[in-house]
Amino acid sequence: MSRIIKYVMFDILRNRFVIGYCLFIMLITFGLLGLEEGSSKSTLSLLNIVLLVVPLISVVFATIHFYNSYEFMELLLSQPVRRSTIIYSEYFGVSGSLSFAFAVGMGVPLIFLNQGLVSVYLLLSGIVLTFVFVSIALLGAVNSKDKARGIGTSLLLWFFFTAIYDGLVLLIMFSFSDYPIEKYLLAFISLNPIDLARVAILLQMDTAVLMGYTGAVFSEFFNSWEGLIFASGLLLLWAILPMLLTVRIFKRKDL
Amino acid sequence: MNLVKGKLLISLLLLPCFFYAETIHVGATYKFKTIKSAIAQSKINDTVLIHKGYYKEGTILIEKPLTIIGQNYPTLDGLHKIEILSVKSDNVTITGLKLINSGKSDIYDLAAIRVYKNKNIKISGNILENNFFGIFLSKSDHCTITNNQLSSTEQKQNDSGNGIHLLYCNNIFIENNHITGHRDGIYFEFVTESLIQKNISEGNIRYGLHFMFSSNDVYQENTFRNNGAGVAVMFSYKVKMIKNHYEHNWGSSSYGLLLKEIRDGEITGNTFEKNTIGLSMEGTTRITISNNNFLHNGWGIKICGGCDQGIVTKNNLIGNTFDVSSSGSTLSNNFTGNYWDKYLGYDLNKDGLGDTPFFPVTLSSLIMEQVPTSLLYLHSFVLDLIDQSEKLLPQLIPQNIVDKKPTLKKF
Repeated sequence: MSRIIKYVMFDILRNRFVIGYCLFIMLITFGLLGLEEGSSKSTLSLLNIVLLVVPLISVVFATIHFYNSYEFMELLLSQPVRRSTIIYSEYFGVSGSLSFAFAVGMGVPLIFLNQGLVSVYLLLSGIVLTFVFVSIALLGAVNSKDKARGIGTSLLLWFFFTAIYDGLVLLIMFSFSDYPIEKYLLAFISLNPIDLARVAILLQMDTAVLMGYTGAVFSEFFNSWEGLIFASGLLLLWAILPMLLTVRIFKRKDL
Repeated sequence: MNLVKGKLLISLLLLPCFFYAETIHVGATYKFKTIKSAIAQSKINDTVLIHKGYYKEGTILIEKPLTIIGQNYPTLDGLHKIEILSVKSDNVTITGLKLINSGKSDIYDLAAIRVYKNKNIKISGNILENNFFGIFLSKSDHCTITNNQLSSTEQKQNDSGNGIHLLYCNNIFIENNHITGHRDGIYFEFVTESLIQKNISEGNIRYGLHFMFSSNDVYQENTFRNNGAGVAVMFSYKVKMIKNHYEHNWGSSSYGLLLKEIRDGEITGNTFEKNTIGLSMEGTTRITISNNNFLHNGWGIKICGGCDQGIVTKNNLIGNTFDVSSSGSTLSNNFTGNYWDKYLGYDLNKDGLGDTPFFPVTLSSLIMEQVPTSLLYLHSFVLDLIDQSEKLLPQLIPQNIVDKKPTLKKF
């Protein structure tokens, strides 16, 4: 498997997209931190990159890469290689190289300009979100043979998690605003990896006090060991579960 | 030559004072070893000079006009049991003492210096440490409290008293004090015609400065930093708040300045920086808010119900997460000619005022005001999307607060 991962990674590096991605993130991070060093405003902008750009790039790139390496996979399947090995290699190859690019791109400027717990949270969330969204994208891609449809599905999934889901939760908040719904909100928010990452990072910043009573409930939860383990466990589940489903489908798929 | 003459003249004029008012020394090497014995022997208008040392004599009662001066800060210890100085006479001056460890009580308001129903009391240049109440004046007038350092290390609000506590007083002058670690830094209840200026009140458990039922007062050029909440002005009228700094009153329900049920106030030239809520208003009438800076607060101005006839003008609102938020039903508060960093308008006729109105209350802040749990979506893509949609669908913009003539330049 490691050999195939290596091939996938070489392939990604050769088309230079990932290097561009890395430089892009690095440039933006340096730019934002340079404008206002160490302030919470630049951290908020970085948060938006981690929550919007990283999942979007992961989703789009993983889907396109899956379709582009379709022939390569077919070729491999004519060899004595297991199907699960192939799709796992695809997964780890893509998410590995993307998260590596992200980690370098954002990590280097952060080490120089903004050390601290929030930076660690930003980096870890970015890396985990990369894995999560590559796995979601592959699930979308493996379901259809048509490239346009596959990319459409993946984009829709990205949009669902960044906007639609939150909109629905907001609606629920409105409808049940007279009830103590904090605990249920915690569950709702935990079910969305982007929200989970956002809340976990925001609670490390001093803007957390603006979140009022609900924020206090969340802060108590997320700043305890159980909460941290719970949150990271859920994020890991988000990276693993769609992938397991993908493998299941890919195994039975008529390529 | 003239100078020498002048000095001579002044000395001659002052001479009678030395004859009539005696100075009584207190200290280990002097005739009087205790302050109580010195005071008992003293006559009206004498000076009691306390030399450096450690005195624990229980409550010291002052019942005649005296000047009490400490040299090199003699320590008066209340041993966590009693009130240290009780002043029950007019014309008393207390200066240069170090008063520590007054008693704590749930029934009596024990203080380091307690003044009962007196006139012309001067308390200046003292150090007060770990007292329950610091300086407590009741039913007194024409007093000055200046240059004192008050501090306490008590953590719990219930076990802590106020730094400077005034009850039913008028014409009090409070200047250059530094108060930290108390419940309220300065507390006013039924206090009128008083001036508070150039004090620093920081790190207090509840408020930096607290007004209750106190009218016609002025506080200016004070700094309120890192308190539970900066200043609360409640149930008062005609209070002037000028050139104060409200800094970093940061916490989940904290604010720089709270106005509750007050009228005819004036808030001018203040700086509100890094508070959770810069200025919080509730039930105010005819308040003028002008030439203030609201910088990097969570909420710049939060207007709750029942505020009317307020004027908000010539303020800078910069870097606040929300400039203004309102629960919706604000009555005729006039916002005009402020500088808003979020304003994106233009000025074609070059008169320095924007040609399009500015609506400081965003849709997202309105949502957060009505459903506080949605604050959890702070800085999220959905709420940004909602705010952007205002520009595409202007009918979504909350119209109840509008600045028709926002300025384009900072004041």
